[in-house]
Amino acid sequence: MHTKEKASSVVIRMIIAVIVAAYVLFPFFLLVINSGKETSDITSNPVSFNGMSFGQFKFNVHEVINDPNFLFWRSFGYSALITILSLVLLALFGAMAAWVICRNKTAWSTVIYFTFIASMIIPFQVVMLPLISTFRDVGKFIGFPMLQSVPGIVFAYLGFGGAMTVFILVGFIKGVPFDLEEAASIDGCSPEQTFFQIIFPLLTPVITTVTILNGMWIWNDYLLPSMMLGQNGKVMTIPIAIQKFVGSYVKRWDRILPAALLAIIPMIIIFLIAQKQIMEGMIEGAVKG
Amino acid sequence: MGTFSIGRKVASFGSLILGAVLAIAGLALSITKAGDLILGTMPGSGTPIILGRGVMFVCGILLFILGLYLFPTFKHHRTIINIIFLFPLLFAFAVTVIIPLVLGIGYSFTDWNGITMKGVVGFANYARMFRQPSFLWSILLTFLFVVFNMILVNLVAFLLALLCTSRIKGLGFFRAAYFLPNLIGGIVLGYIWQFIFSNVVTKFTGTYSMLSDTKTAFIAIIIVYIWQYAGYIMLIYITGLNTIPGDVLEASAIDGANKLQTLFNIKLPMIAPTITICTFLTLTSAFKQFDVNLALTNGKGSVQFLGEYIANGTEMLALNIYGTAVVNNDYALGQAKAVLFFIILAIVSIMQVRISNKREVEL
Repeated sequence: MHTKEKASSVVIRMIIAVIVAAYVLFPFFLLVINSGKETSDITSNPVSFNGMSFGQFKFNVHEVINDPNFLFWRSFGYSALITILSLVLLALFGAMAAWVICRNKTAWSTVIYFTFIASMIIPFQVVMLPLISTFRDVGKFIGFPMLQSVPGIVFAYLGFGGAMTVFILVGFIKGVPFDLEEAASIDGCSPEQTFFQIIFPLLTPVITTVTILNGMWIWNDYLLPSMMLGQNGKVMTIPIAIQKFVGSYVKRWDRILPAALLAIIPMIIIFLIAQKQIMEGMIEGAVKG
Repeated sequence: MGTFSIGRKVASFGSLILGAVLAIAGLALSITKAGDLILGTMPGSGTPIILGRGVMFVCGILLFILGLYLFPTFKHHRTIINIIFLFPLLFAFAVTVIIPLVLGIGYSFTDWNGITMKGVVGFANYARMFRQPSFLWSILLTFLFVVFNMILVNLVAFLLALLCTSRIKGLGFFRAAYFLPNLIGGIVLGYIWQFIFSNVVTKFTGTYSMLSDTKTAFIAIIIVYIWQYAGYIMLIYITGLNTIPGDVLEASAIDGANKLQTLFNIKLPMIAPTITICTFLTLTSAFKQFDVNLALTNGKGSVQFLGEYIANGTEMLALNIYGTAVVNNDYALGQAKAVLFFIILAIVSIMQVRISNKREVEL
C-alpha cells in the first residue's frame, strides 16, 4: 500500500517532523547558546548568537562549577554514588526476592507479592513525613545517621524501588524454564548456587530494563533527597544542588543556565551511548507496570 | 553427603550465638541510653576506641544471618535460603514504606508536629483542610491539570506516533529527539523553561511574562508538561501501532478504506489496550506532578476563590502538601492532606485495574 503514496505527502510529513523536532530541541539550543553569554546579552537577545563566545562560556562554567552553593563535582559524585549503589543493590536483592517469590508457591510468598504490587500505588507524599521521623529515630537508636547519609538514602531507594523491581522481575522469571533448576539440583547444586550460577545470568535483559527505569527515576529524583538530605548537608545530589544554586542567584541567568547545562550533560551522554536500550526499557516498564 | 563437619557446626552455632549477643547488646545499649561502648584509649594519642552500638547491632545481624546460612541441615536449607534472599528487600520495604504508611495514617488523626504528638484530635485535621480555600483551589486545579494533560498529552503523543510510524527519513533521529526531554529531571527543566517564559517568549508576545499571571502560568505548566511527557507516551503508542498486523492494514487498503477510515475503524480499536495504559500513565503522573510545579512557578499566582484572595494560584496538590508540612511546619495537616491524596490515587488505580480487566474479558 505504501507504493501508492504520493511524494508530496511524504514531504509534508517530513516538514512537520522537522518543525516538531525544532520545537522540542529549541530549549536545549537556547540553553547552550545563552550559557556562553553575559547577563546583558542574554536578556537583550536571548535567541541570537550575539555576544556568545567560547571564552565567556568557559568563564561562566568556571564560575558555576566551584560555586559553594553548587559544587558540581561533589554533587555529581554523590548523585553517581547514590544512583549506582541503589541500582546494584536493587538488581541483586530484587532478583533474589523475585526468584523466591516466583519459585516458592506458598501463601506467604503470594501475600508478599501482592503487598508489593499494591504498594505501587502509594504516593511518596503520604509516607515522606513519617519516613523522615522514622529514619531520624532509627538513626538515633542504632547510633548511625540515616538522614544526610549515603547508606540511609540508598536504603530508602531500596525500599521504594523494590516493588516495581520485583514486579517486573517476577514476570520474567515465570518464563524461565523450571527444568533448568531441577537439572542443577540433580547435579548437586545448592539452591544459592542454582540462583547465582544459573538463574541470575539469565536475567541480564530484564535487569537492564529495571536498571534503566530505576536509574532514570533515582538520578532525577528531587523530593526524596530534598527531604532526607536537606539543603545544607554535606551529601548533595544534582537536583538539590541546582535548586539551592538557583535560590542563591535569582535571575542571574548567566549562572543558572550553565549550571542547568552541567546538570543535564551526564544524562544526555548516557542517552547518546545507550539510546536504544533506554527507549526500549522505558517502553517495557510502562507496558508491564 | 549426610553429615556435616564439626567445623561447620561450630561456625554455624558460634556465629548464631555471637550474632544474637552482639545485636541484643547493641539494642540494650540503645534502650538503656548507655551510649557507645568505650573499650579503652589509644596508647599515645589518648583518643578513645569506641565500639558503636549501631555497628554492634548491624554486625550482630549479619553474623546471625551467616550462622543461619551455615546451619547444618539438608531438609530446611531451602527454607533458610528463601528467608535470607527475601530479607534485605523486605526489610527495606517495611522500614521505608509500610511502617511510615501506617504511622502516617495514624498521625493524620493527631496533632503531630513532625517530632512529637500530644494528643488525638480525630477528624479535626480533615475538617480543617476542607475549610482552607487554598487547599480546595489546589484540588480543583489538580483535577483541571489532570484532565487537560490526559487529553493533550495523549493526543499529541498519538499524532507523533502516527508521524513516527509513517514513511519518513530519519525516523530514529526524530523518535530520539522527541523522547529527549523525558530524560531531564523536572527541577532542571522547570528552570530552563522559566528562563524561556520570562526572557524569550516575552520578546515575541510583548511586555509581561506568562508566569506572572495565574491563568497563563497554568497554561505554561501544561506546555512544559506536554513537552516533557509526550515523547515518552509516543514511544508506547509506536509500540502499540507496530503490533497491528500488516495484512490487516493491507486488507483494508484493498477494500478501499481511506486513511481516516483506517485510523478510526482499524488502528484505534486495535490499540485500545495501549490507549488504556497511556491514559492511566498520564493520569497518575499528572496527579503526582511536583518538580515542574515547584521549579516553574513555585505555586505562586493570585486568584480570587470562594470570596478570598489566594496567593498560591498555581499550586497543585503535591506541592500544597509539601508546602503545608515542610514550609509552614503544619505536619499533622499536611499528613491528613497526603492521606486524602493517597485515597484519590488509590481510587484511580482501582478504576484502572477494573477497566483493563473488563477489556481483557471483552477481547
